[in-house]
Amino acid sequence: MNAPVLEIDDLTVDFHMPEGVGCAVDHLSLTVENGETIGLVGESGCGKSMTALSILGLIPQPFGKVRFGSIRYAGENLLTAHSERLRRIRGSEIAMIFQEPMTSLNPVLTIGRQVAEPLMEHKGLNKTDAYAEALAWLEHVKLPAAREQLSQYPHQLSGGMRQRVMIAMAMVCRPRLLIADEPTTALDVTIQSQILSLMMGLKEELGMGILLITHDLGVVAQMARRVVVMYAGQVMEEADVEILFEQPFHPYTQGLMQSIPRGLKDDRGRKIRLNEIPGNVLPITEKVGGCKFSTRCPSVFETCINHHPSLKTISGGHRVRCWLLDDPDRRR
Amino acid sequence: MKRFFINRNFTVGFILSIVVIGMAVLSFLWTPHEVNEMNARHRLQGPSMAHPLGTDQYGRDVLSRVMAGAVVSIIVGLVTVAIGVVIGVLLGLASAYYGRFLDEAIMRLSDLMFGFPAVLTAILITSILGPSVINAMLAIGIFYIPIFARLTRATATSEWKKEYVLAARASGIGEWHIIGSHILPNILSPLLIQGTIQFAVAILAEAGLSYLGLGTQPPHPSWGRMLYEAQTFMEMAPWMAIFPGVAIAWAVLGFNLLGDGLRDTLDPKMVRMR
Repeated sequence: MNAPVLEIDDLTVDFHMPEGVGCAVDHLSLTVENGETIGLVGESGCGKSMTALSILGLIPQPFGKVRFGSIRYAGENLLTAHSERLRRIRGSEIAMIFQEPMTSLNPVLTIGRQVAEPLMEHKGLNKTDAYAEALAWLEHVKLPAAREQLSQYPHQLSGGMRQRVMIAMAMVCRPRLLIADEPTTALDVTIQSQILSLMMGLKEELGMGILLITHDLGVVAQMARRVVVMYAGQVMEEADVEILFEQPFHPYTQGLMQSIPRGLKDDRGRKIRLNEIPGNVLPITEKVGGCKFSTRCPSVFETCINHHPSLKTISGGHRVRCWLLDDPDRRR
Repeated sequence: MKRFFINRNFTVGFILSIVVIGMAVLSFLWTPHEVNEMNARHRLQGPSMAHPLGTDQYGRDVLSRVMAGAVVSIIVGLVTVAIGVVIGVLLGLASAYYGRFLDEAIMRLSDLMFGFPAVLTAILITSILGPSVINAMLAIGIFYIPIFARLTRATATSEWKKEYVLAARASGIGEWHIIGSHILPNILSPLLIQGTIQFAVAILAEAGLSYLGLGTQPPHPSWGRMLYEAQTFMEMAPWMAIFPGVAIAWAVLGFNLLGDGLRDTLDPKMVRMR
């Protein structure tokens, strides 16, 4: 079993909408090795979540459609897999944690029931065993008073507690790959770090790979070994985490780095205004001839507008999609 | 349970309904007189100790007949709502799940049924199938199917879009299982509310059909039938009309208030009534 736990190759997902056909994920390739954490970074609407959903075969129907590419889980192509096989994989081998712990739990079912359900579904445990296992996991994710919470409903729990429940729910079947879609975005900062260290611990323990989707570079710096920066459905830059933070090449990556609040002051002691990337991600139905970032790029020049750049390798494992590679003097 | 009784509608409705249900249950065990026992000497008597609500043209005890009539009303309410809920909810869930053609077909069929005047069609059905309480229930129940189908479709469709459904699918729960044990519990309270209100409507509809001679057949006691028979004797024996009429109003009001109270308590979007 040497095949990487997840191998996405040239994935292209179209979205058929009344306004026209848009490309939500555009020739995306990425690999998650066994036990490795990959950060998938980008701002809202850049196709991160759509990538995650297409791995599980849960792209919103009937609008979304995989045009081509492949998604391999431990060597098995998920796009051609039978829907029943895919359902077996979901939750037991690939699990997912969602952004909003508030809405991702069913409001009318008890916590115990929801955590136990995947066990009954995939492992065929009876109710008693499944609840016992669920309780063990709730204790494992350090849910306070876990035994009492079994019979509680989601609205009786705080956001941090609910996210712990979500994690327990994802972990019960010991998946080999965890997709975490903005797992800490809705939580406050102290809870964020607790949840992140919990995830790191579980990763070590189960040896699972994590695809961490976030717009928070701070989270990526803590968690991931490699980072993929996505913009408008495309990979813009991909590198090991140290390289990306020390030598970000793509203007978009640099923009993201400068947008991290650091509370810096200039030499006169005045607060430095936080940098922003002007503009918004293009609507996916918008057709752009050249580089998709050209509408917002500070270093844009003619080639960018007319020609589409391809992903090129600069050094081992560091890949960038930018015309500045050929013409570094033009950087502003 | 306490939160329900804070609501005045619910409390009043609950008490009124309990009286009706209690009357029906009691009538199986005991009535002041035999329900269909005729007594020529005591006919058209006003309220007295022996006959608290008077007697009808055959000398039958009105109180006993009102009590027994409650049984008919409740059975009609239960059966018609059951027909509507079972078939309507299945159609609504299918409509929400499959979408597209099936959804379109089911909903246009519902529109068609809503287009017919319900009472006229019920009269048509009972005159074709023959007047009987069973056929009356069938006629009313058929009209409940689109009501529940629409309600289920609307609520289930919005539930399908919620993130917890996506989360359940992402953990590999089968779609039928999701419908049964995730979506259904979430749409139960609007169904319960609608069911209670349709229950009241069914009582009224059965009374109407029986009044027209298309529902319960004599000598079976039914509130609507009693009203019809009382008509001829309105001036001589007004109690014959008054008490079944009060019973109908009482039951319909009771179940309607119960439904309103349930809605006020269960629907978080409604401002809580004081």
